[in-house]
Amino acid sequence: MSSHDIDHPAPRRLGWNSVERALAAVGLSGKALVIAAPALWLTMFFLVPLAVVFGISLTTKQFGRPPYTSLLTTEEGMVQLTLHLSNYIRLFTDSLYFAAYLNSIKIALISTLIALLIGYPMAYAIARAPDRWRNILLMLVILPFWTSFLLRVYALTGFMRGNGVINQSLGLFGIEPLVMMQTDFAVYVGIVYTYLPFMILPLYTNLVKLDDALLEASADLGARPTRTFLTITLPLSLPGIIAGSMLVFIPAIGEFVIPSLLGGPSTLMIGRVLWDEFFANTNWPRASAVAIAMLVVVVVPIMLLQRAQDAGQDKEGAR
Amino acid sequence: MRRGWFLPIAAALGFAFLYAPIVSLVIFSFNESRLVTVWGGFSTKWYGELLADPQILGAAWLSIQVAFCAATIALVLGTLCAVALVRFRHFRGRTVLAGTVSAPLVMPDVITGLALLLLFVAMESILGWPAGRGMMTIIIAHSIFCMAYVAVVVQSRLIDLDISLEEAAMDLGATPVRVFFDVTLPIIAPALVSGWLLAFTLSLDDLVIASFVSGPGSSTLPMVIFSKVRLGVSPDVNALATIIIAFVAIGVLAATLLQLRSRPRRAS
Repeated sequence: MSSHDIDHPAPRRLGWNSVERALAAVGLSGKALVIAAPALWLTMFFLVPLAVVFGISLTTKQFGRPPYTSLLTTEEGMVQLTLHLSNYIRLFTDSLYFAAYLNSIKIALISTLIALLIGYPMAYAIARAPDRWRNILLMLVILPFWTSFLLRVYALTGFMRGNGVINQSLGLFGIEPLVMMQTDFAVYVGIVYTYLPFMILPLYTNLVKLDDALLEASADLGARPTRTFLTITLPLSLPGIIAGSMLVFIPAIGEFVIPSLLGGPSTLMIGRVLWDEFFANTNWPRASAVAIAMLVVVVVPIMLLQRAQDAGQDKEGAR
Repeated sequence: MRRGWFLPIAAALGFAFLYAPIVSLVIFSFNESRLVTVWGGFSTKWYGELLADPQILGAAWLSIQVAFCAATIALVLGTLCAVALVRFRHFRGRTVLAGTVSAPLVMPDVITGLALLLLFVAMESILGWPAGRGMMTIIIAHSIFCMAYVAVVVQSRLIDLDISLEEAAMDLGATPVRVFFDVTLPIIAPALVSGWLLAFTLSLDDLVIASFVSGPGSSTLPMVIFSKVRLGVSPDVNALATIIIAFVAIGVLAATLLQLRSRPRRAS
């Protein structure tokens, strides 16, 4: 294949050899550096912050800077560790938080299901499309994914408002305007609309690898298309279904923008509760406890996603 | 042959659902009337108003600077990460690194934003750095999730890459660093470009994380848009959205063409 890649004389870079030797002299191999640089950055700005959130969730609010009590206090040479569990107790006893959790999970589950029902046929259609169409269709899926998330939610508000495009079109047929904005319905539409590409892409990558011979064999043996779909296509695409569903479910749980722009005041979602706790009530410890509890909800889906993706990658590697 | 019809129709409806709101937004950005839903004739006056708004221009400039820096940091660190994960198959902590680099992809924004803010506040009180919050803290925060996207894009390109090319260079006596710069890098360059562009657009788009880690006087473009949109639909946001969508569409087109040009070898 690409023999010219090797034939092509590489530009001389004598410098690199000496750089490598110098690094080796102080006991650093290039390999260790390659791993260490991103690992340190991620530890510092991703793992440590999560630990800080956990720590602060065990303090209580106070007036001053910073607006929370400290975990460790030194008094007469004694270091004291004070852990407040009040924030977590509040999460379980105050019905507001509990309702917000249940509602977030409900909204995320239903939206994921709707996204799957809409996304699966689309992914399948793209995977089965003729070659020259496939790339164009794929690009049409990816394009909204790149387009601003905030602006797409905003575009929906213009679409669903009382005098928006949908109601004006309905008006042409003499149908009464529907109240769509500031309802749970609008939140479902919003989540499905913004996260649909996340559902389609993993499904597509899975379905495009589906071996046609299997489908033909099944048809030859007399199975109807529905049966072939249920017994062959669907089970084989399970990793894609899991990956896509998790990619919709996980961000939907913590969604803030969609419920605050499309939902009504009664649309309780945990991301919004966290935001208000932090910005409106400046109760940082409470907000941290909400974040930790949210993390507990998403940790299992995140692990499922990781496993689905690893399975996909191993297959790729084995090819 | 019921299924023959079902799939194309389902796909067409799905695409209509994805595109109708965007298309109507673009159309109404050229609307003369302030009432955003009543057509008052063609006009570009909202674009003019937009360009005369110093708040929006300032926020846009800040967002572009942040996105540029965050995407560049993410490009370097994300590529290193991808190389480590794909080429060094076994090392201690590999699973942890793989999990940590991709976790920000799915971590709810409110958690990431809150966590980083609390870290910055704690660091400031212990180390005295970063003094206050602003562009620097937004850049660091964005670099984390941007890095995740770069790592994913570059990783999938590296998996596809024929390892025998690198082995051949190695056999001919090139050091690993030289192999990387002379053989690997030119081949994965298109993936680096699309990874950087993806990181850039995602940083430009982030509202939630930036709201947590920004300080007074450092509002990014999405923060300004959000505060405007919260008050209702406004025609100048339509114009702004149209400009951004046009930019993104051109960018994606360019990136797709780049990738298609780098692929034919494999297809043949």
